[in-house]
Amino acid sequence: MKYTSQMVAKPYFIAAIGLFVAQILFGVIMGMQYVVGDFLFPEIPFNVARMVHTNLLIVWLLFGFMGAAYYMVPDEAEAELHSPLLAKVMFWIFLAAGAVTILGYLLVPYATLAEITMNDLLPTMGREFLEQPTIIKIGIVVVALAFLYNIGMTILKGRKTVINLVLLIGLVGLAVFFLFAFYNPDNIVLDKMFWWFVVHLWVEGVWELILGSLLAYVLIKTTGVDREVIEKWLYVIIAMALITGLIGTGHHFFWIGTPGYWQWWGSIFSAMEPIPFFMMTIFAFNMVNKRRRQHPNKAAVLWALGCSVMAFLGAGVWGFLHTLSFVNYYTHGSQITAAHGHMAFYGAYVMIVLAIISYAMPMLNGRKVANSMSSQVVEMWSFWLMTISMVFITLFLTAAGIVQVYLQRMSDDPLPFMVVQDKIEMFYWMREGAGLVFLIGLILYVISFFVGRDQPEAQLPK
Amino acid sequence: MSQAFTKSMARNIFYGGSMFFFLLLLVLTFDTVKSLPQTDNRENLTAQVAKGKHVWENNNCIGCHTLMGEGAYFAPELGNAYKRMGSKEAIIAFIKFRPKNGIPGRRSMPQFNLTDDELDAVAEFLKYVSEINNQNWPPNIQG
Ligand code: HEC
Ligand code: HEM
Ligand code: HEM
Ligand SMILES: [Fe+2]
Repeated sequence: MKYTSQMVAKPYFIAAIGLFVAQILFGVIMGMQYVVGDFLFPEIPFNVARMVHTNLLIVWLLFGFMGAAYYMVPDEAEAELHSPLLAKVMFWIFLAAGAVTILGYLLVPYATLAEITMNDLLPTMGREFLEQPTIIKIGIVVVALAFLYNIGMTILKGRKTVINLVLLIGLVGLAVFFLFAFYNPDNIVLDKMFWWFVVHLWVEGVWELILGSLLAYVLIKTTGVDREVIEKWLYVIIAMALITGLIGTGHHFFWIGTPGYWQWWGSIFSAMEPIPFFMMTIFAFNMVNKRRRQHPNKAAVLWALGCSVMAFLGAGVWGFLHTLSFVNYYTHGSQITAAHGHMAFYGAYVMIVLAIISYAMPMLNGRKVANSMSSQVVEMWSFWLMTISMVFITLFLTAAGIVQVYLQRMSDDPLPFMVVQDKIEMFYWMREGAGLVFLIGLILYVISFFVGRDQPEAQLPK
Repeated sequence: MSQAFTKSMARNIFYGGSMFFFLLLLVLTFDTVKSLPQTDNRENLTAQVAKGKHVWENNNCIGCHTLMGEGAYFAPELGNAYKRMGSKEAIIAFIKFRPKNGIPGRRSMPQFNLTDDELDAVAEFLKYVSEINNQNWPPNIQG
C-alpha cells in the first residue's frame, strides 16, 4: 500500500461484510415465510423483513463502493486522500443512520415510523427500496456530498487516470439520480415513472460505470496488462452501457400507465443492454489470458472473473429473458423478476465489491500483496458455495415463475394468486435450501479472514 | 481490440453517445409527461385518492403486494383488486377484518387498525388505480 490514507477503507469494508451477513439472515427468514406463512408473524411481518433485506443490501453495497473508492482513488491519483478525517467521520454517521433505520423498521410499526419522522412534511416513504424516512434520505445525500468532495479533491490534486474519472462520473451520477427519491407526486403514474430514474438508472446506468472502473482496477493490478488497452476497453464498455441503458429504462414503462410507444423503445434498447455485460466478460478473460505476471492473490482474480461471468448471466441473460414487451406482459412482477433481481445484484455488484475487498484487504491488514494460501483456499470455497447456491436460487425461482405465469396468467382457467403460490411451494422449499447453503458460504467467507493469519503470504511457484 | 481503434475514439463514443441518448431520454420523458393526462386517470385524482396513496405508503403495502406489477411478490396484485373484489366495501372489509395474529400456517396480512376514513381513502385509491389505462395489464382478473 503506497498511501497511508488508504487505510480509511478498512472500516468501510468491515461494515459492508457485517451488514451483508445481516442481509442474508433476513433473506433466509423471508424464504421461510414464503412456505410457512405465519413464521415470525406478527413480530416480523414479511414486508418488514423485506425492507431490512433490500435496504441492507443497498447500504452495504454503498459502504463497499465508498471503501473501494477510498482505497483505489489515492492509489490511482498518486496522492494522499484529501481528508482522511472527513472519511472517518462520515463512516460513523452513515453507520449510525443505517443502524437507526433498520432498528426503526424492526422495532415500531412502519406507520409509526412515518409519523415520528414527520413523513407528511415531505412524503417520500413507502416505496420499494426507498422506504427510508425522509430525514435519513437527507442524511444519505449529506454523506454522499461529503464523500464526493473528498474523492473529487483527491482526484483534482493528483494524477487523472481514466479509471478514477469513470469512477467519479459513476459516483456523481449515483448521487444525482438519488435526488429523484425526493419526488413523490400524488399521481401514482408519475411517481412510478420517476422512481425508475433512481432504480433503473442506478443499476443499469451509473453503477455500471462504477462496476467497470473497479473491475478495470483489479485487472490492472493483478495482470499487469498495459493501461492503454484496459482504458480503451473501459470506455467502450461504459459507452455501450449508457447508450443502451438510458433508453432501456423504457422496459419499465410498459404497464404503468405510460404511453404504448415505450413497448418499442424499451424492448429494442433494453434488448441491447446485455452487450456491455458480455463485453465485460470478454474483457476480464482476455486480460487474464494476456497477463504479464502471475499474482499471488488467486482469490481476487477468481472474484473478478466470476463477477464478469455472473453479471452477464444475471443481468444480461436473465434480463433479456423477460425484457421484450410481449414476454414481459406475462412475466411482469412474477417470480421471474425475483430470480433476475437476485442473480443480477449478486453477479454484478456483490461480486465486484467482494473482488475489491479480496484484493485490498490483505494490504489493509499489513500483508505485502496477498493472504496466506490457507486463507485463500477457504475464501475460494466460499466463492463457489455462494455462487453456485445463487445459481440454484435463480433456477428455482425461474421454475416457480414459469409455473406461476402459466397457471395464473396463461392457462384457459386462470387460478388465483394464493392458490398458485400453494402449488409451487416445492420450489420455494428448494430456494430456502439453496439460501441456507448461501449462508454457509458466507460464514465461510467471514472465517477466511481469520484463517492462516500467522502463516506466510502465498508465493508464486518459482 | 484493434490498433486502428484508438482510446480517444472510444472516449468520444462514450461522451458523445451517452450525451445523445441522455438527451433523447429527456425528450421522450417530456413527451410522456405531456401525454399522461390521456392515460393516468387524473380527472378522478381527488383529495381522498391522494390521501389513500399516503395510507398506502405509510403502511408499506408495497412490501408484500405488487401494484401494476411493481413491488413484492408475496401477496396478490392490487392494481386490479377493485375489479377482482368488485367494490370498495369488499376491499374495506378485507383490510378491516385481518386477524391480529394472522392465520395459522397461511401467509398473513397485518391488522393495521386503520380509521374508517383511512379505509375509505385506501379503497378509493385502489379504485382509482384500477381505472388507469395501462395497456390492459394484467392479462386477466387474477393479476
Ligand atoms: C405482511 C404482508 C402484507 C402487507 C404489508 C399488506 N398485505 Fe394485503 N395481503 C397480504 C396477503 C398475504 C394477502 C392474501 C391473504 C389471503 O388470501 O389470505 C393480502 C390480501 C390483500 C387484499 C385482498 C386481495 C385479493 O385479491 O384477495 C387486499 C385488498 C389487500 N391485501 C390490501 C392491502 C393494503 C391496502 C395494504 C396496506 C395498507 C396491505 N394489503 C398490506 C399481505 C400483506
Ligand atoms: C446489474 C444489472 C441489473 C440489476 C442489478 C438488475 C436488477 C433488477 C431488479 C432488482 C429488478 C426488480 C425491480 C422491482 O423490484 O420492481 C429488475 C427488473 C427488471 N430488469 Fe433488471 N437488473 C439489471 C440489469 C438488467 C438488464 C441488463 C436487463 C435487460 C436486458 C434487465 C431487465 C429487467 C426487466 C425487464 C425488469 C422488469 C421485470 C418486471 O417486469 O417485473 N435488467 N432488475
Ligand atoms: C447476495 C445475495 C442476495 C441478494 C443480492 C439479494 C437481493 C434481493 C433483491 C434485489 C430483492 C428484491 C427483488 C425484487 O424486487 O425483484 C430481494 C428480495 C428477496 N430476497 Fe434476496 N438477495 C440475496 C440473498 C437472498 C437469500 C439467500 C434469500 C433466501 C433464501 C433471499 C430471499 C429473498 C426474498 C424471499 C425476497 C422477496 C421477494 C418478494 O418480493 O417476494 N435473498 N433480494
Ligand atoms: Fe431496468
